[in-house]
Amino acid sequence: MGLLGHLSLWLAFLVGLWGAITGFAGGAQHRADLQQSARNATFALLGALIVAVISLEIAIFRHDFSLEYVAAYTSRNLPTFYLWSALYAGQKGSLLFWATVLSLFAVLAQVLTSRRHRAYLPYVAAVTSAVATFFIGVMLFADANPFQRLGFTPIDGRGMNPQLQNPGMVFHPPMLYLGYISITIPFAFAIAALLTKKLDSEWLVAVRKWTLVSWLFLSIGLILGMWWAYVELGWGGYWAWDPVENAALLPWLVMTAFLHSVMIQEKRGMLKKWNLALILGAWLLSIFGTFITRSGVISSVHSFTQSSVGYFFLGFLVVSAIASAVLYVKRLPLLEAEATLESMVSREASFLFNNLLLIGIAFSVLWGTLFPILSEAIKGTKITVGPPFFNQVNVPLGLALLAMTGIGPLIAWRRASLPNLRRQFAVPLTSCVFVLLILLVAGMRDIGALIAFSIGGFVLAAIVQEFARGARARHRQYGEPVIVGLFQLLSRNRRRYGGYIVHVAIVLLFVAFAGMAFKTETQATLRPGETATLQGPDGHVYSFTHQSISQYNALNRQVTAALLDVRRDGKAMGRLRTEKRQHVDALGNPTFEPSTEVGIMSGLRVDLYVVLAGLVNGTEQAVFRFTINPLVWWVWFGGFVLVIGGLIVLWPGGGPPPGTGPRPPRMQAGYAVKLEPER
Amino acid sequence: MTDRLSRRGFFWVAAAAAGAVIQDTVGAGRVYDPQRAGRPQTAITAADNDAGIQAVEKKLRCTCGCGLDVYTCRTTDFQCTYSPALHKDVLRLAGQGKTAQQIIDEFVKQYGEAALMAPPKHGFNLAGYFVPSIAIIVAGFFLVRVLRRWTREAEAAAPATVAPSNATPAELERLRRELDRLRG
Repeated sequence: MGLLGHLSLWLAFLVGLWGAITGFAGGAQHRADLQQSARNATFALLGALIVAVISLEIAIFRHDFSLEYVAAYTSRNLPTFYLWSALYAGQKGSLLFWATVLSLFAVLAQVLTSRRHRAYLPYVAAVTSAVATFFIGVMLFADANPFQRLGFTPIDGRGMNPQLQNPGMVFHPPMLYLGYISITIPFAFAIAALLTKKLDSEWLVAVRKWTLVSWLFLSIGLILGMWWAYVELGWGGYWAWDPVENAALLPWLVMTAFLHSVMIQEKRGMLKKWNLALILGAWLLSIFGTFITRSGVISSVHSFTQSSVGYFFLGFLVVSAIASAVLYVKRLPLLEAEATLESMVSREASFLFNNLLLIGIAFSVLWGTLFPILSEAIKGTKITVGPPFFNQVNVPLGLALLAMTGIGPLIAWRRASLPNLRRQFAVPLTSCVFVLLILLVAGMRDIGALIAFSIGGFVLAAIVQEFARGARARHRQYGEPVIVGLFQLLSRNRRRYGGYIVHVAIVLLFVAFAGMAFKTETQATLRPGETATLQGPDGHVYSFTHQSISQYNALNRQVTAALLDVRRDGKAMGRLRTEKRQHVDALGNPTFEPSTEVGIMSGLRVDLYVVLAGLVNGTEQAVFRFTINPLVWWVWFGGFVLVIGGLIVLWPGGGPPPGTGPRPPRMQAGYAVKLEPER
Repeated sequence: MTDRLSRRGFFWVAAAAAGAVIQDTVGAGRVYDPQRAGRPQTAITAADNDAGIQAVEKKLRCTCGCGLDVYTCRTTDFQCTYSPALHKDVLRLAGQGKTAQQIIDEFVKQYGEAALMAPPKHGFNLAGYFVPSIAIIVAGFFLVRVLRRWTREAEAAAPATVAPSNATPAELERLRRELDRLRG
């Protein structure tokens, strides 16, 4: 299997190279035979890489420990569920996974792109093949070949890192990869548009859905990553501003900016330069994130082991950035706006300020991530840029962005009049003040949380108002009941109302983030029968009674489990279980340091979060950390709502009737008004 | 002989009973294999839960390479040997009567600025804190200027494109109201 996989990689490399060359040449020379060959190459590339993936999976499932990768990341007693995920558990396998998924997206782009965008496809094939070839080249030439053989065959493998043996880690990396990888398709269309000089709004139509797909996968990946960090790492939070987390957030922020500003180009024919720059930037940031993760240049708990792979990515990043920038600058004269802004108080302007904030946050995250390197290079001093820095810089920007989430949809396109603004803002602003007063009366004094909750109230009221007015208008026009009207709104204008649902999710997420300001925790040493108590931010007193310690063997681990009775204000709530796990190989030898499994009791108001630190003198007397995390459930629910909203926006149909094609931008911005006798 | 045996037997039974009572009272019998439960822990003291100590430790970085602060590391990765040692250092310095800032200064003296979770606000580090904000303010300023230019251009172009209206003022007012309603 190793040999077949290795041969497939070489075949994929050569096919990818061919696809890139024929794609660029076919596009430039308008030769149909070369264009067809480039298209065929994307299919052949996918075929070869699928053979490589299957070969590696078979080697993993057969426990072929003669392969260095299989021996390094699996063991005979690794549960089957995690054998699947071993494909991307290590650097080398994840590169193969990346190249394969990219080639799959490349094929989908070729197959699913409508006829009217055919002109872009040879270049799209060329770019996707070139990027996939780079990844395969890294595997073959940068000591990252997953089919590399060992000089001997060990009896058993090292096994998978215990922290990766979590359902979250089975789904989180692929989702993040899918997000990262699929950005290549909009990037390829952008490059194709630049090369073909077809820079009207056509290419936007082709890439908008792809960008949304990337954004959605990246969102799911980020949320799952937060969930994994929360349930597995045991530090009691879900976001630590780790460089690798930041690297995933950067393209997400830029794509979010694009998904807003693209509306201005579609409706008004403006911001062509800006939108192209955002797509190019998002892709470059995804490669930058890959470089951060795989180079070891910045220390991170997520990083793969340090290797020469980083230099390849750095080189690729620099070359891609220069090539994209040169091409972009050469085409600037073709990217003039078709319309101009009519008023500073318009939705276009508000979207631009929203873009300013999103890109500003992206810049500050990038700046903070790179500042330790910059400081070392300039001052020769190593410094740490941790959560205190990021929170200080980004929290105010985040709150401003949250406010823009509500303000934007309230302002009319082109020009908003004063009465219109008064009418639109009255209810949301009243809600904002109302929420603020309620919280102040309730005794809340944390400024950040007060602002977040109040703005959350403003945005939610704005969204509810939008839905209510839409449903009322339908009721007036068609006599539909409110519920039917709401459903019709969603189904007939998925993009607008799906977007509002995403905004609801953003409010939920911000409110949940603000809730963490009220986190309480304590440590305690308890013998069986002893109780620790902790006052929660919800006013209740929670007590944790240590019941027992038990030890037993399970699958590939030796477990030490602590059981605790949980009570709220003296009333039984249930039992919590937290564990220490010593993973072992098939021979019973310990493979990694013991890991911790957190006990979590999740509720709408608070999460009870218990960690078994260890035992005192080998007895049942145990050390625990008890944390009460407010509103964490809302993070996961907010993530769920965000995905639902994204899917509604993405779902086909719901726009203009098929076959009508994009209307000229100027036509889309107007209103048809029929004056009827006033009642 | 029998008497001696029975006395000895009585002694062992009594010792076992006492042991059982002590164990039951204390309620912390030995587990089957302590090695499985990771690094042995010491009992938590009041100082471990002291809010002031925790606040200081949240500003100091653990030197194990985890990227976490001392408090989070010592209460998360219970295998780390660095963070408990750093915690003891903090307790020792606090025991000497040093203030939070003095403790932090001691750490910086020993480990350099890398000991802090965020760079101190002086010298080149100020760039770290203020460059993003300045960049956003400058970008915002330019954005406003660009938007103003665009709106001026639109205003200048508007008279040429507006068709003469033969509507009455009342109709125009109604139209404006309808448009406002639609924009909403």
